[in-house]
Amino acid sequence: MPTFFEVVSPGFLTTVQDSGRFGYRSIGMPVTGALDQYSYKVANLLVGNDENAACLEITLLGPTLKVHGSAVIALTGALFQATLNEQLLPQWQAVEVKENDIITISGAKVGARGYLAVAGGFDVPMVMGSRSTYIGGKIGGFQGRPLQRGDKLEIGSPSKEPSQHVGKLIPIEYVPKYVINADNDIITLRVIMGPQDDYFSKKAVQNFLNSTYIITAESDRMGYRLEGERVEHISKNHTQIISDGIPLGAVQIPGDGMPIIMLADGQTTGGYPKIATVCTADLPLLAQGKPGDKVQFMAISMEEAVYLLKEQEDRLHKLRLVLSPNASATAKHLRVAVDKRYFDVWVEER
Amino acid sequence: MDISFCIKPAGDSALLVQLGNKISPELNAKVRALNVALQHNPIEGVIETVSAYCSLLVCFDPLKLEPATLEKYLERAMGSTCEGNISQPTVTVIPVCYGGDLGPDLEFVSAYCKLDPEEVIALHSAPNYLIYMLGFTPGFPYLGGMNPRIATPRLENPRTKILAGSVGIAGEQTGIYPVDSPGGWRIIGRTPVNIYDPFRTPPVLFSAGNYIRFQPITAEQYQIISEQAKIGAYKVRTYNLEEEEGTL
Repeated sequence: MPTFFEVVSPGFLTTVQDSGRFGYRSIGMPVTGALDQYSYKVANLLVGNDENAACLEITLLGPTLKVHGSAVIALTGALFQATLNEQLLPQWQAVEVKENDIITISGAKVGARGYLAVAGGFDVPMVMGSRSTYIGGKIGGFQGRPLQRGDKLEIGSPSKEPSQHVGKLIPIEYVPKYVINADNDIITLRVIMGPQDDYFSKKAVQNFLNSTYIITAESDRMGYRLEGERVEHISKNHTQIISDGIPLGAVQIPGDGMPIIMLADGQTTGGYPKIATVCTADLPLLAQGKPGDKVQFMAISMEEAVYLLKEQEDRLHKLRLVLSPNASATAKHLRVAVDKRYFDVWVEER
Repeated sequence: MDISFCIKPAGDSALLVQLGNKISPELNAKVRALNVALQHNPIEGVIETVSAYCSLLVCFDPLKLEPATLEKYLERAMGSTCEGNISQPTVTVIPVCYGGDLGPDLEFVSAYCKLDPEEVIALHSAPNYLIYMLGFTPGFPYLGGMNPRIATPRLENPRTKILAGSVGIAGEQTGIYPVDSPGGWRIIGRTPVNIYDPFRTPPVLFSAGNYIRFQPITAEQYQIISEQAKIGAYKVRTYNLEEEEGTL
């Protein structure tokens, strides 16, 4: 009997996701995939998976799962009230689970989306190069839909012995700020202006960059709808464009002047002008925003955005070194104190 | 290719090549020419492209390819792309059974346009429709070239479910629903062909910049093709646009 997790209760919206479905946007297929790619990748690294292995993306209220067989799991992303057999389940850490164990992930305390990885990955069929669920298109993931009670999620065979990962955790500095700093209540999203910022007056652009928006309840994996200062188009004729391709993170401004940030399940093409595009490195931060949270925009250059992404990639690379099974052979983790501040340092032998 | 264009950032992982700002077959052909040129000479770090009416979104991985480098590549591609160099667009023939249960709005369109149903069918199946772009839902083609004589407004109350394969009219547009979805288009017929199948390669039968032609079929032919399509035995007819021009 293969190892599987039985869904006792599915939670609010739990789907199988991976790094995304690329190469099909030209036919109108959204990329889908984990909205917070950083937390998703770290979850996989913690259990020794390939970084693109399929995880569960958990939204606001998590599932209860019963373990059949034994496995190693890691829960990252939002801070949840989570237990393993009624004992606190530590997050950002690899944990062993055994036959009949009950994993209960209740409400999110900070952030909105969690990622549950299991050594070996969730074994669902690959559709168009990805295991991600595309809810709107009813494909990918577990039977093309969010999890339901009674679903049996099969686990793939881990490529390496998973038990050696048990107890692995990441330095606290690598846990994103949204989890540690709960009172930091405005999400600042850095954006690159355009491609249609010329559809808005200077004043409208200033309003967009200087005001605070609220994430509305009409926000999902397709896009986040915001409410706040109206962003006026130059004229009525500027409320639409001839439809073009929509990049991830595009901030559309429809006729009512309220921004919509397009996410992984969003349409690939559309006819609303896009005032700006959220930089890739900040998409995980946005994914952790809940209805009612505040958002503000800050314009940066393309060079700065690419730098931020490189920085995030460097962090992941350091984690790869720390979490690789033979980490001790390739890199030494030292914590040094300088002026009462602690720094994590990895020394890699070459 | 001698046309004006501009390249704009669309975030840190995409550049938008804007080739103009109108809906015209000529401009769309230039988008297709650039897209085909990029397919023939792939650039390391480019993930995919999204063709639209008059622009091409080029999605890339900025960790592998500097945006400034990509911009230079694209400028060069624009300079050297010649529409004559690329293969002729293809025409995909989509069999459609018009009217009856499969096309419940044919009567309405016919009454609205003051034409016999047969005339509506003849006008709808006459042109080669240019696929300007795909979007909305996976595989949904934005078609150009419908005869304005059969233009009909949308339903006032959209239907909650329109079956995959349904062929409809909305204003001066026509299109095919690739998957079951709600919609307000006037449905005049249905094709038995699976135009979209996520488990097939390629998942969609056609691509932006090519053409579709509708071929009227009888209810009996619909049944036969439907059976063949179910087991994957039906193959749609596709030919080069210029071949047809040669035969006319």
